Amino acid sequence: MRTKQMLLALLTLLVCPSLMFAGTVSGKVTYTGTPAKQKPIDMSKEPSCAKQHATPVTNETVVTGPNNALENVVVYVSSGAPDDGQVPTQAVTYEQKGCQYIPHVLVMHTNQELKITNEDQTSHNIHPLAKVNREWNKSQPPGTPPIVEKYDKEEFISVKCNVHPWMHGYFAVLKTSHYDVSKGSGDFKLPNLPPGKYTITAWHEDYGTQTADVTITGNETKDVNFTFKAKAY
Amino acid sequence: MGKIFAVTIAIIAILSAVPIVMNYWGPPADVSTHGPAIDEQMHETMWEAGISFLAAQFVLALFVWQFAGRGKNDKLKTFPGGAKGLVIAAFLLVGTEILALGVIGQKAWATVYFAPPDKNALTIQAQAGQFAFYFRYPGPDGKFGAIHPDKIDEGNQNFFGLDPEHDVDSRDDIIAGELAIPVNRQINLMMHSKDVGHSFYVRELRIQQDFVPGLDLAVHFTATKTGQYEIVCTQLCGLGHYNMKAYLTVLSQEDFDKWLKDKAAQ
Repeated sequence: MRTKQMLLALLTLLVCPSLMFAGTVSGKVTYTGTPAKQKPIDMSKEPSCAKQHATPVTNETVVTGPNNALENVVVYVSSGAPDDGQVPTQAVTYEQKGCQYIPHVLVMHTNQELKITNEDQTSHNIHPLAKVNREWNKSQPPGTPPIVEKYDKEEFISVKCNVHPWMHGYFAVLKTSHYDVSKGSGDFKLPNLPPGKYTITAWHEDYGTQTADVTITGNETKDVNFTFKAKAY
Repeated sequence: MGKIFAVTIAIIAILSAVPIVMNYWGPPADVSTHGPAIDEQMHETMWEAGISFLAAQFVLALFVWQFAGRGKNDKLKTFPGGAKGLVIAAFLLVGTEILALGVIGQKAWATVYFAPPDKNALTIQAQAGQFAFYFRYPGPDGKFGAIHPDKIDEGNQNFFGLDPEHDVDSRDDIIAGELAIPVNRQINLMMHSKDVGHSFYVRELRIQQDFVPGLDLAVHFTATKTGQYEIVCTQLCGLGHYNMKAYLTVLSQEDFDKWLKDKAAQ
């Protein structure tokens, strides 16, 4: 009887180790120095968008929060976690609204379905400047169905609109589902990590990347913090 | 049948002249100091071209009327002395007219192009790029920072390719998506294209000038009435051409100073 129980436990461990020991990496992304001032966007050329913003929105290259928190940093497991090859079936959505990209940084798994919608009363022409993946640009008049695309290689892709020069965002195509994007507080969390040695990478569109090595031994939470040096210009 | 055709030609000629003579589709009211000269020139050109057009149509109608229904065996009448004299006469008449229009017209045109701008003219740089206009004011130091095409980063709102990190002149440059100007002050507009050919057209200002990549052109003008006017690109520049526009806002000096101050504070 006891052997049977032990065998069952062992089997569970082999088949699905994360159920037994699920480690978590969490922490905060901050910056030092003074970041460049984010300028308000002049949308006067596109009145249907301009009127959606009571106060002008600024560009989102560097978005900060209280206590030097840095937002829109993609934190992900860049090595150590085997690519489970499980592409999420749920599509991710990238919205064009008020002549802005929402979210500013969109993370997706390779081969995961990407839906791009146009909520505006104007035409957009989305142009992700892919270098590793196949590059395309597509026009999307108001009221047309979402554009559905996929990327099959890992890449950070700068996205622009060929009609509205101020529109800018990023696609982060990753080969892992262990990722997070830092919030307004700079916090991120990577749960469900089975025991092992991992490299965690933090990527910011303007400040570059940073990595940290972490070892998960069991059911524990490891603190990893990233600090980027801000650029004044 | 031929006579009906002759009458039809005359009627079409008269009908097409009516809206022009009655000024049905006239341009919007002019708001510039050089506009009246251009309007006058356009008016004169329309009259002269209109009279020539009507005269030609009536002569055509007359000939159709006269010679319609000619029998198969009737001899074709020829112009006395051959057509040579008539062609030379017409050539001289039309040539003189076009030359005269050109000589008189260049006065209106040259005020915008060839005369140097006033000393106290406000210099603004206009940059056209696919598919938006951006305008740059030199800021309190009165100097424009240098342009570095490799530094253009639209997502970061560096539309002109400035280098504030190393170039002190560029730090106070004011960049706007609309062209705000003070009323009754001469504006010296320096025109720069970021990519392909574009055009700057403001109907009310009576100005239409192409942006030519690699060639920085300048026009100067003075607006005489406050208000908001549309700036459109009238040179087919690509997919988003239809959407390439901006607004010209003519403000009182006081409002303009305030606008500039607000922009500088951003």
